[in-house]
Amino acid sequence: MELSEFMSLFWITAIMLLGVTVPLVTERFGRTANTVFTMLPPAIALAYIASLIPTVLAGNVITESLEWIPAVGLTLSMRLDGLALMFAILILGIGLLIILYARYYLSEREAAGRFFAYLLLFMTAMLSIVLSNNVLQLWMAWEVTSISSFLLISFWSSKSESRKGARMALTVTGAGGLALLAGLLIIADIAGSYELGAILASGDAIRDHALYPIALILVLLGAFTKSAQFPFHFWLPHAMAAPTPVSAYLHSATMVKAGIFLLARFYPILSGTELWFLIVTMTGLITLLLGAYVALFKHDLKGLLAYSTVSHLGLIVLLLGLDTELATVAALFHIMNHAVFKASLFMAAGIIDHESGTRDMRKLNGLWRYMPYTATLAMVAAASMAGVPLFNGFLSKEMFFAESLHQETLGFLSWMIPVLATLAGVFAVAYSLRFIHDVFFNGEPVNLPKIPHEPPRYMKIPVEVLVALCLLVGIFPAFMIGSLLEAAATSVLMKELPYYSLAIWHGFNIPLLMSVIAIVGGVLVYTYRRHLYSFQAQFKETDAKLVFEGVMQKIVAFSAKFDEGLNNGSLQRYVALLLLFTIVITAIPLINLDVAAAHLPDQPVTFVEIVAGVILCLSAIATVIYHRKRMIALITLSVVGLIVSVAFARFSAPDLALTQLAVEVVTVILLMLALYFLPQKTIAESSPSRVVRDLGIAAAVGGVVATINYAFITQPLDSISEFFLANSKTGGGGTNAVNVILVDFRGLDTLGEILVLGIAAFGIFKLLTGVKLAMPTANYKGIPWSEDRHPPILTVISQSLLPLALLVSFYIFLRGHNMPGGGFIAGLITSVALIQQYIAHGVDWIKPRLKVNYQSLIAWGVLIATFTGIGSWFFGRPFMTTWFDYFDIPFIGEIELASALVFDLGVYLTVVGATLLILASLGKLTSVHRPVAEE
Amino acid sequence: MIAHLPILPLLIPMLGGLLMLLPPFNGNEKYQYRRVASLTLMLIQVACAIWLIQTVTQNGPLMYAVGDWQPPFGIILYADQLSAMLIALTSFLGLGVTLYSFAGTDREGKYYQPLIQFQLLGIYGAFLTNDLFNLFVFFEVLLIASYTLLIHGPGKQKTAANVHYVILNLIGSSLFLIALGTLYGTTGTLNITDMSQRITTLPEDQAIIAQAGGSLLLVVFGLKAAMLPLHFWLPRTYAAASAPVAALFAIMTKVGVYCIFRVYTVIFGEQAGDLANMVEPWVWPLAILSIAIGTIGALASPNLRTLAGNLVVVSIGTLLIAFALRTPEATAAGLLYLVHSTLITGALFLIADMIGKQRGKAFDRFVVARKIKQQSVLGILFFVAALSVAGLPPFSGFLGKLMVLQAAVVPAERVWVWSLILLSSLMTIIALSRAGTTLFWRYAPNSDPDETTNISNWQLSGTILLLVASPAIVIFGDGMVHYTNEAAMQLHDVNSVVEIMNLEEAP
Repeated sequence: MELSEFMSLFWITAIMLLGVTVPLVTERFGRTANTVFTMLPPAIALAYIASLIPTVLAGNVITESLEWIPAVGLTLSMRLDGLALMFAILILGIGLLIILYARYYLSEREAAGRFFAYLLLFMTAMLSIVLSNNVLQLWMAWEVTSISSFLLISFWSSKSESRKGARMALTVTGAGGLALLAGLLIIADIAGSYELGAILASGDAIRDHALYPIALILVLLGAFTKSAQFPFHFWLPHAMAAPTPVSAYLHSATMVKAGIFLLARFYPILSGTELWFLIVTMTGLITLLLGAYVALFKHDLKGLLAYSTVSHLGLIVLLLGLDTELATVAALFHIMNHAVFKASLFMAAGIIDHESGTRDMRKLNGLWRYMPYTATLAMVAAASMAGVPLFNGFLSKEMFFAESLHQETLGFLSWMIPVLATLAGVFAVAYSLRFIHDVFFNGEPVNLPKIPHEPPRYMKIPVEVLVALCLLVGIFPAFMIGSLLEAAATSVLMKELPYYSLAIWHGFNIPLLMSVIAIVGGVLVYTYRRHLYSFQAQFKETDAKLVFEGVMQKIVAFSAKFDEGLNNGSLQRYVALLLLFTIVITAIPLINLDVAAAHLPDQPVTFVEIVAGVILCLSAIATVIYHRKRMIALITLSVVGLIVSVAFARFSAPDLALTQLAVEVVTVILLMLALYFLPQKTIAESSPSRVVRDLGIAAAVGGVVATINYAFITQPLDSISEFFLANSKTGGGGTNAVNVILVDFRGLDTLGEILVLGIAAFGIFKLLTGVKLAMPTANYKGIPWSEDRHPPILTVISQSLLPLALLVSFYIFLRGHNMPGGGFIAGLITSVALIQQYIAHGVDWIKPRLKVNYQSLIAWGVLIATFTGIGSWFFGRPFMTTWFDYFDIPFIGEIELASALVFDLGVYLTVVGATLLILASLGKLTSVHRPVAEE
Repeated sequence: MIAHLPILPLLIPMLGGLLMLLPPFNGNEKYQYRRVASLTLMLIQVACAIWLIQTVTQNGPLMYAVGDWQPPFGIILYADQLSAMLIALTSFLGLGVTLYSFAGTDREGKYYQPLIQFQLLGIYGAFLTNDLFNLFVFFEVLLIASYTLLIHGPGKQKTAANVHYVILNLIGSSLFLIALGTLYGTTGTLNITDMSQRITTLPEDQAIIAQAGGSLLLVVFGLKAAMLPLHFWLPRTYAAASAPVAALFAIMTKVGVYCIFRVYTVIFGEQAGDLANMVEPWVWPLAILSIAIGTIGALASPNLRTLAGNLVVVSIGTLLIAFALRTPEATAAGLLYLVHSTLITGALFLIADMIGKQRGKAFDRFVVARKIKQQSVLGILFFVAALSVAGLPPFSGFLGKLMVLQAAVVPAERVWVWSLILLSSLMTIIALSRAGTTLFWRYAPNSDPDETTNISNWQLSGTILLLVASPAIVIFGDGMVHYTNEAAMQLHDVNSVVEIMNLEEAP
C-alpha cells in the first residue's frame, strides 16, 4: 500500500496532537532521547507533506473533510494547496530545527519535556491554521496558537517580565482573535458557508456586500494583532522574555506569520478594494518604517531582532496591500526568506547569549576572536536581512522595490512609497550592520559574565542548515523554490500568474539603484549613528510593558471602584433595589388598567369587620414603629396574626383560621426564645432621608400589591376550583375540600411543604450546633430574671392539660378529612402541648421522660407520607392516587378508611418532630443538652 | 417502573435523604455508611436521568398525573427533552460534588448528605413540574435546603452571607405567592400549559392584571437567576459557601433561567396574544447589564471564588440574551451554554478551593503567598477551566458562545450581542490570566510547600468529572447540538403539549 493511500491529512493533526504527549512520556529517558522522540511526530508529518509536494505542485488542491458539528458549521476540513504547503513546510521544517536547537539551549535543570510539549502543541495549532478548510476550525486553531504561545512565552514563569510579556501577547492577540471571529462569521454569513472553498469562490459577493467594510476591518484586526502591525506591534518585543528557541520560532516561521497567512488566505475575497489598499498599505508602511527605525536603537540583541521582525512583517503586509499580482508574489517570497534568515539570526543571538551570558550590545564586542564560526553564520544571515546580493533577502527586497515603483493609487503622492521603502531599506542595512559590527568587532568585550566560546557542535547544525538555505536560495532561486512559490502564488491569486523572473541579475534598473542607495545609506547611517543616537536620546523612552500594565491596572482599579460603589454589601440597598424593580415592572402594566371597568358587586361590610380592619392596620403600623422594642413589636405582631385568623374564620375558611392560630402560637414561642438571646443594644437608626426613601418604597409596594389584589378579586373568575368542590367527596372521599386538596388533589405540594418544614428544623439545629451562649441573668433594663424558673402552678396545670391537649389533637386529626382539622393542625397542637411541658418543667425534667428522637420523627413522618404515595403503584396507579372506602363496624357504625389518613399521619409526625426540634434546640441552648457539632 | 419514570428523580433523593437520617445511617461515626449511600444514590440518579433522556428522546415527552388527577386539575409532572437534560445535568453535577465532599466537607457539620439530596430533589422538581404552585413548592424545597447548606462548614462569614441570601429570597418567595395569586385570580388555573391557553382569551382588563402577575414572576426568577439588578447576593454568598456547596449552587441560578425560558415561552410566548413576549423588552437591557456588570465585577475580584461568582453573573447575562433573541435556535444555543457554564463554574469553585488550601492563609486571594504544592495538577485543572469559561477553543465555552453569536441574526441585535459577548470574553481572558499568573507563579521565595497536604483523590475525581465535560461537549458536539435543538423546538411548540395533556385549545 502506498503511503499516500493510507495516510490522510487528518493524520497530520492526529499525529501531532498525540505527539504532544510524547515529550512528557519520554522525558525520563534523558535529554537526547527526549529530543529525538519529540522530533518524530513533526518529522513524520513533514515526510507525509513532502510526499504530497508533487501533487500540489501539479496544481491540485487536496481537500478532505469529516462531519463534526454541521449544525453550527463546524467541520473537520483540511485543505492543502500551494499556500498551505509553503507554510506547512516552513512550520515543520523550522520547527524541527528549533527542537534540536532547544535541546542544547535549555539547561539541564529545566523541564524540557514540558517545554517540548508546549512547542508541539503550538506547532500543531499553527499547522491546523494553515491546513484548515473551514473558517471556524481555522479560528479554533488560531486561538490555540494564542494560548500555547502564552505558555511558551511564560515558560520562565518566575520572572515578572515573562509573565507580563505573556499576558500582553495573550491579551493583544486574544482581542484580535475575537475580532477575527466576528469577521469570519460575517464573511461566512455572506458566503452562506463556513467552508473555505465556498467562501473563496464568493469574493465578489463579499466585496459588494454592505457589511464588507466591517468584515474587512474585523479580519484585519485579527491579522494585524497577530502579526504585530502598528499600532499593535508593542507586544512582540516583550514576548522576547521567552527562551530564545521560542522567539526564534514564534517570530520567524509561525505566530506572527499566522496573521500574514490570514491576509494571504483571504486575499482573493477581501483584496482589490480601495479600503483594503488604504488600510493594509498604510499599516504595512508605517510598521515597516517604525520597526526599522526603532531596531537601530535597541541595545538588546533580541530587541533589535524583534523590531526588525516587526519591520519585515510590515514589509510583507505592505506588499499584500499594494494589490498587484507581482507584489503578492514578492510577499510570499519574502515570507519564506524572512522565516529562514530570522530564525537563524535568533538562534545565533541565542548562542551568543548562551555562551557569553549577555545580550547587551554595549558589552558584547569583538566576539569574532572567540567564536568565529558562529560569527560567520550570523554574518551571512544578517546580510540576507539587510538585502545584500547573493543572499535570499536581496531577491525579495528587489521585487519589493520594483513593485513599490508601480503604484498610482495614491495619486500624486505615489512617489512617496518607493522613497519610504528605500528609507526603510537604509535602516535595515544600518541595524544589520550594527548587529554584526558591534557584536563581533568594535573592540573588546566589556565585563562579560562568561568567557565566550563556540557552542556545542550540534547546536550549530540548525543555524548551518538555515544559513545554507539563505545562500542557496539567494544564488539559485528558481531552482530552489521556484515551483513552490509558483504554487503558493497561484493559490493566493487564484488565476494565471503574470510573468516574473527569479534571478539575481535583472540588469541595471531602478530597483537595483534603490538597493545600492539602501546599502550605501545604511553604511553611512551606521557610521554616523552617534548623531542619530543623541537625537533619539531627547525622547523619553516608553516601556510598552509599563504602559500596558498601567492601562490594565487602571481598568482593574476602575472596576474595583465601580464594583465597590455598586456592590457595597448593604442589605438595605439590595432590598431597596429588589423592591424598586418590583414596583417598576409591575406598575407599568397597571397604568393601563381601567379600575372602573365592570367588576363584581361589592360585598356588604359590617361594623365589626371595619373595626377588625382598623385594628389590623394599627397593629401593623405599631409593629413597624416599635420594631426596636422587641417585646412590644412581638405583641402587636401577634395581634396582626390574630385578626388574620379571625378574618379567615369570618370568611368561611375555618381550616385556615385554625392553622393560622396554631402557627401564631408556635411562632410567638419561637420568637420569644430567639429574642431572649438577641443582643440588648440596637444599631444606629437610619438617617431621616433613608427613612423617607424606605417609607416611600414600602408604600409603593404595598400600593401595587393592593391594587393587583383588588383588581383580580373584583373580576369574575372561571377557575378549576369548581372541580375540587365538586369532586371532593366523590373523588377524594372527604367533605372538607381544603383537606382533600391538601392530602389528595395537591398532595405532592403538601409532601414538599412538610419536607420544607423538616429541612428548616434540621437547618436550625445545624445552625445552633456548637453555639455556646451564656444565659443572661437580667433583662435589657437590668431587672434580674426570676429565680423561680418552674413555678408550681404552671407545672401542675400544664401537666394536667397534656392528656387533654393530646386528645384534642387526636380528634382534630381524625376528623380532618370531613371537618376542619387535619394532620397539620393536629401536629401543631401536640407540639404546643409538649412545648408547654418544656417551659413548665425545664429540659432536665423532660429529657428522661420524653425519649423521642425528633430527627427520626421528622424522617419517619415524611417517609410515611412518601410511602403512602408509592403505595398506589401496587394498584397500578400513579404516585399518590388515594384510596378510600366505607366500612360498617359493629358498635361504632360506618367509618371511612382512606389512604389519605396515613398520609396525614406523616404530616402530623413531621410537624410535631420539626416544631419540637426547633423549639427544643433553641430552648436547650444554655443547657448541657445543647446541640453539639458532628465532630 | 417505566410508567413512573418521571417521578423517580423526585423519589430517589427523597427516600435516600430520609433514610440517611435514620439508623443505620445516622450518627457521627456512621459517615462511611452515608458516603456509600450517597454515592450509590448519585449513581442511581445519573442512571435514572440517562434513562429519562433516552425515553423522552425516543418516545416523546412524558406526562405524569400525580394522584391520577388529570390536567388541568391535578399536579402534572412533565418531562420533555429540556427537563430530562437539566435533570441529567443536575445529577451529574451532584455526583461530582458528592465525590469532592468525601474529602472531608461532609464531616464538617450535621446532615450534609441528606441536605444535598433534598437540595437535588428541589431542583429536579423545579425542572419537572408543569404546575406553577408546585413550582413554588419546589422552589421552597431548594431554597430551604440551600439556606441550610450555606451555613455548612466552619467560618462566621457564612452566616453573615446567609442572612442576605435568606432575606432576599424570603422577599422573593412572598412575591412568588403574590404573582401566583394574581395569575390564578385571572386565568383560574395553575397548570402552565393550561394557563398558556387561557391567557389568550382573557378580557383586556384581566390580561393587564395577568401581565402584572407575570412581570412579578420575572422578579422572582430574576432574583433566583442573579439577573441584574437582583444579583448582589451572589458573589459573596457563593464565595462564603463551602466549595462543594458553591459548586452545586452553580445549577441554582440556572433554575431561575430555566423558569424564565419555560414560563415566558409557554405562557407568555409568541402565541399569548396581547401579552406575547411581554418581558422581552425588560430582559434585553438587563441581560446586557448583567454581562457588563458581571464582567466589571470579574475584573475587580480580589479572589478566585469571587471571580468565579462574577463569571456566573456573566453567564446568566449570556443565557438571558439567548432567551431575549426569542427563536428556537437561540434557545438551543442557550441550553448548550447552560450545560457548559453550570459544569465549568461548578468545577471552578472546586478548583479555587483546592488552590486555596495549598496557599495557606492567603487562600485564593490574588496576593503573593505560599507556593502551591501541586502546581502541575492544579495548573492543568485551572487552565482547562479558565479556557472553557473564557470561551476559548477547543473547550465547551467556545461552542456555546459561538452558537449564541450565530443565533443573533437581526442586525441591531447582532451589534449588541456580538460586541458585548466578545468584549466580555476579552475581559474574562484578562481577568483569568492575571488570576492564574498570580496564583501559580507569584509566590514568596522562601515558602515551603511541603508543609501543605496533598489534594485528596476524592477532590480530584470530583473536579475532573465535571471538567471532562468541557472537551466532551465539543467532541460530541454534534449530538449535543442536535439534542439542544430538539429540546428547544419542543419547548417552543406549545400546541403539542396541549395535545399531550388533552387540554382545551385556545380558539
